[in-house]
Amino acid sequence: MSLDEETTRNIAHLARVAMSDEELAHIGADLSRILDLVAQMDKVDTHHVKPMAHPLHMAQRLRPDEVTESDQRERFQAIAPATEKGLYLVPRVIE
Amino acid sequence: MQWETVIGLEIHAQLATKSKIFSGASTAFGAEPNTQACAVDLGLPGVLPVLNEAVVRLAVRFGLAIGAEISRRSIFARKNYFYPDLPKGYQISQFELPIVGKGELTIPLEDGSEKAVGVTRAHLEEDAGKSLHEDFQGMTGIDLNRAGTPLLEIVSEPDMRSAREAVAYARKIHQLVRYIGICDGNMQEGSFRVDANVSVRPCGQAAYGTRTELKNINSFRFIERAINFEVARQIDILDSGGEIVQETRLYDADKDETRSMRSKEEANDYRYFPDPDLLPLELDEDFIEEIRAAMPELPGEKAARFCAEFGLAQADAAAVSGQRELAEFFEVAAGVCGDGRLASNWVRGELLGALNKAGLDITASPVSAAAFGGLLQRIADDTISGKIAKQVFEAMWRGEGDADAIIEAKGLKQITDSGAIAGIVDAVLAKNTAQVENYRNADPAKQPKMLGFFVGQVMKASKGKANPKQVNELLREKLSG
Repeated sequence: MSLDEETTRNIAHLARVAMSDEELAHIGADLSRILDLVAQMDKVDTHHVKPMAHPLHMAQRLRPDEVTESDQRERFQAIAPATEKGLYLVPRVIE
Repeated sequence: MQWETVIGLEIHAQLATKSKIFSGASTAFGAEPNTQACAVDLGLPGVLPVLNEAVVRLAVRFGLAIGAEISRRSIFARKNYFYPDLPKGYQISQFELPIVGKGELTIPLEDGSEKAVGVTRAHLEEDAGKSLHEDFQGMTGIDLNRAGTPLLEIVSEPDMRSAREAVAYARKIHQLVRYIGICDGNMQEGSFRVDANVSVRPCGQAAYGTRTELKNINSFRFIERAINFEVARQIDILDSGGEIVQETRLYDADKDETRSMRSKEEANDYRYFPDPDLLPLELDEDFIEEIRAAMPELPGEKAARFCAEFGLAQADAAAVSGQRELAEFFEVAAGVCGDGRLASNWVRGELLGALNKAGLDITASPVSAAAFGGLLQRIADDTISGKIAKQVFEAMWRGEGDADAIIEAKGLKQITDSGAIAGIVDAVLAKNTAQVENYRNADPAKQPKMLGFFVGQVMKASKGKANPKQVNELLREKLSG
């Protein structure tokens, strides 16, 4: 299965990865080969196999509902590019 | 053309836990920005989410309350999108295999009948943070305290056919989640948020029309207004030959209109996949049965029991059982005074009236259920009349003590001594000879109405303390004679 440039561009956009046209062509070809492999695996008859959500045959462990974290805002914000009044600042988002 | 409205609701109920769904950070409302956002909530590298047991229990409790299938195995998925209040670049949610499957709920309609509304599913997910768009050096401020707060998203079938029905359904869910104690239902604080999917189709057509999703509706009144506006907008477009664009629209309460928020084509590509950080959630029968055994009595069950136990009319039983705390108040008061109907009338009348006037919730009532029952007991045993009881209630509300103390201190005890009442009656009749004459000459059919005047005078003369029943009897007797 071959990905066209339009689809590759859309995938890059969804992942917020900036790409030149040259890179797009290259990546598009790589992704297509991965899809070819998937298509090949798709031919295997799996109707008797239960879909798997996780490779480990274990169930999720649960933790008790207790507050165990304390405020470490200063430490976290020390590595943030910009903060003010306890808020993280990001480029303006217009709704 | 005649159009039919089709509505489905997605309700996000914040689950009432102390800590977040996947981390041990606090969920308390109103903390300083980012003081309750830990490394897991911030999506720092190397952290792992661990599921909160209480979240699972509360979701199962909801599923049991609507008679839904509880998934013995459910999985968590990543919903991928980019927004600054979502630090990981994905929201952990459930997509395939949600924890709660199909269920059903009955809503009351205006004509007094009922309608079943299907719940498609209810799944667990984490909330995002909050963006503050006030100007911070030309930037947007992000508070991640809310990030990771546990939500149960309750998705309905497109079963509602009017804004009113949608409101009735939303209210029913709101009542239920508070009843079973899984969500505080506070809409102002965002603990209970409603999104509406709205479309119209020509009457008689089976296929659904193109729908829009209305967000940002934070009161029941606005749900109705937002939907009505949107329905009118869609019909307008279709009637003039246009097409509806599938999109998310924001309801603006100030302008009472909806407007386009973003095109959904792009936003919709969430690329869900199972979250490798979380193992499948498996529930065994014992776990589910333990939750079932601890389920509180539901509003419908309570109402039915109140009808049977206290002889309440159905509408009255429904009214006092609508809110759990109110139902508990009623039941205590009814138990103390031994008269369920009296308790129901007083709870719905005087008590709720006073609470509404003061803007208080039943949980903040200055008069306790037991004290309220004590007051009603004095009506039931004829110590005071209903009218005097209102005075006593007001004094209790002001914190002047319990009913007996107030009745004693103010000398409000009802006069039941027939000799004393007869004396007052005689005095009133002697003072109003003209009216007595009129009464005696009147058409017997009109006399009962005329009796009211004398009753009023006697009650006034006794400062409201004469037993009304005895007054009526004595008056009739003496006037006829």
